[in-house]
Amino acid sequence: MAENTEESAAAQETAAIQDPQAAKNAQLLALLHRLFGTDAFTDVEEPYGLLTATTTRERLHDIIAGLQQDQELQLNFLTTMCGIHYPENEGQELGMVYHLHSMVHNLRLRLKIFFPIADPVVPTLTDLYATANWMEREAYDFYGIIFTGHPNLIRILNVEDMDYHPMRREYALEDGTREDKTDLFFGR
Amino acid sequence: MAVNDTLEGTHKIVQEAKEQQQHSGLIPTLNDFSQELTTLNLGPTHPATHGIFQNILQMDGERIISGVPTIGYIHRAFEKIAERRPFYQITPLTDRMNYCSSPINNMGWHMTVEKLLGVTVPKRAQYMRVIAMELARITDHLICNSILGVDTGAFTGFLYVFQEREKVYEIYEEICGARLTTNMGRVGGMERDFSDVAIQKLRDWLKTFPAVMKEFESMFNRNRIFMDRVVNVGPITAEKALNYGFTGPNLRAAGVDYDVRAMNPYSSYEDFEFEIPVGTKGDTYDRFMVRNEEIWQSLRIINQALENLPEGPFHADAPHYYLPPKQAVYKNMEALIYHFKIIMGEIEAPVGEVYHSVEGGNGELGFYLVSDGGRTPYRLHFRRPCFIYYQAYPEMVVGSSLSDAIVTLSSMNVIAGELDA
Repeated sequence: MAENTEESAAAQETAAIQDPQAAKNAQLLALLHRLFGTDAFTDVEEPYGLLTATTTRERLHDIIAGLQQDQELQLNFLTTMCGIHYPENEGQELGMVYHLHSMVHNLRLRLKIFFPIADPVVPTLTDLYATANWMEREAYDFYGIIFTGHPNLIRILNVEDMDYHPMRREYALEDGTREDKTDLFFGR
Repeated sequence: MAVNDTLEGTHKIVQEAKEQQQHSGLIPTLNDFSQELTTLNLGPTHPATHGIFQNILQMDGERIISGVPTIGYIHRAFEKIAERRPFYQITPLTDRMNYCSSPINNMGWHMTVEKLLGVTVPKRAQYMRVIAMELARITDHLICNSILGVDTGAFTGFLYVFQEREKVYEIYEEICGARLTTNMGRVGGMERDFSDVAIQKLRDWLKTFPAVMKEFESMFNRNRIFMDRVVNVGPITAEKALNYGFTGPNLRAAGVDYDVRAMNPYSSYEDFEFEIPVGTKGDTYDRFMVRNEEIWQSLRIINQALENLPEGPFHADAPHYYLPPKQAVYKNMEALIYHFKIIMGEIEAPVGEVYHSVEGGNGELGFYLVSDGGRTPYRLHFRRPCFIYYQAYPEMVVGSSLSDAIVTLSSMNVIAGELDA
């Protein structure tokens, strides 16, 4: 039994040497599970080597605050965040995607949350990161996501009296009355 | 008689209005004169913004009490437009973000798509890309630093280096046919090999430019008048800069040695030897000096890339994604099919999401691409460095004078096209 564990540890080490990124991601995932519990994350993937996990909007603020304080991996740089819209996902239409970065360990993490479009309320990160201010204003502007606790949640790129959120998918880029440009030939 | 009556009447009206305003506090009385603030619109079209964005400043005399930036004047909805365009049609959109260093944006986008598609670019193309990107970095920094000189009243340096920038644009022209919005390269490599003229122009420029750069530096670096204007102006600490999401030269000026080229090397940057200059205080002078030093480091990289330029193809052997040569399209059935499929955007893209970042002229330029397998991105988000760091501007200038705010803005290298995307 002991031999087996040693063997598997050795196998893990060789795997780590072969793919340092995968080893780092495994370390990060272990840390996430230890700090916040395994039930906090779903859909854990590594597309193109970047650890991606989905969490809930209730837990999001605690997780990002915890990672900012954590001294082991120091994921304390908010690279970017953006909204996303999946109209066909009933009850989970809107989403936010956060990219965190640890400059010390050269490690990135992508966190996602999804929530219904009828109730697009998300906790703000402006108390943790000053840079979240405009990013959240942009997400509000584009997708109408409301960030509770944001100091100045107004539109940033579009005009203030615009009455819709243009990045939502129901707003087609082309004139909706045109019939010669169908999706089949000209994209969505 | 009638005139007097009218005049008297006017006086009366003015007097009444004045009293009313004083009563409502709109016109300050002598007592509260010390608390009078002036609202000053810095922009939208102010020479110092070098683009179109506004700052509404509250001034107490010459001191800035608060600043409110308003942006979005040239918002063109690139993220929305990109959702209806095949991958190769998005390259021209990236040109128009940081238009001072378009090739970096182009290459960053190509590399993002290549990462998604799993295309490996041959060494020669990677080195060619490095040369184009470093040329772009030099022009970007030259513009920023020389305009900083103009904003402090030194016009000469600007004229010196703009001549050299013009020569770089001629090299771009030889490489890709365009100058400012370059649309350079393709998914899978470059669209053509470097011509002999391009190589010759590049070699000539590499010989003449260092002398001009030295002259530029000797004009500014230890110039008493210039230093008085920029040292300790608009400083930011490393902690604050990181909290505000600074990247690129502005972050390095604050003392953090984060450079995407070194941390996550792309396009063979690991092959080259270069240093990452850092500052200490993050003030305008440090930002200026870091950019100057980066120009020298970029020159080092270009020299290495040019000397060691490998032989071989200049694009990947990926006919599904890389346009065939035009002659072949007319003579060869497969080439015609591939040409048609690529132009119509019918290439097969995998389902997935990818984040790729490059070291842009003013920071980490990131592309977050979500593909659902369709002909266009499902979602494309640009991490524009100056959109992210410009929000620190009010904090950096509060308490300083208006003239300091101008040079701080200038040294931050805020490009309106990237700010508003």
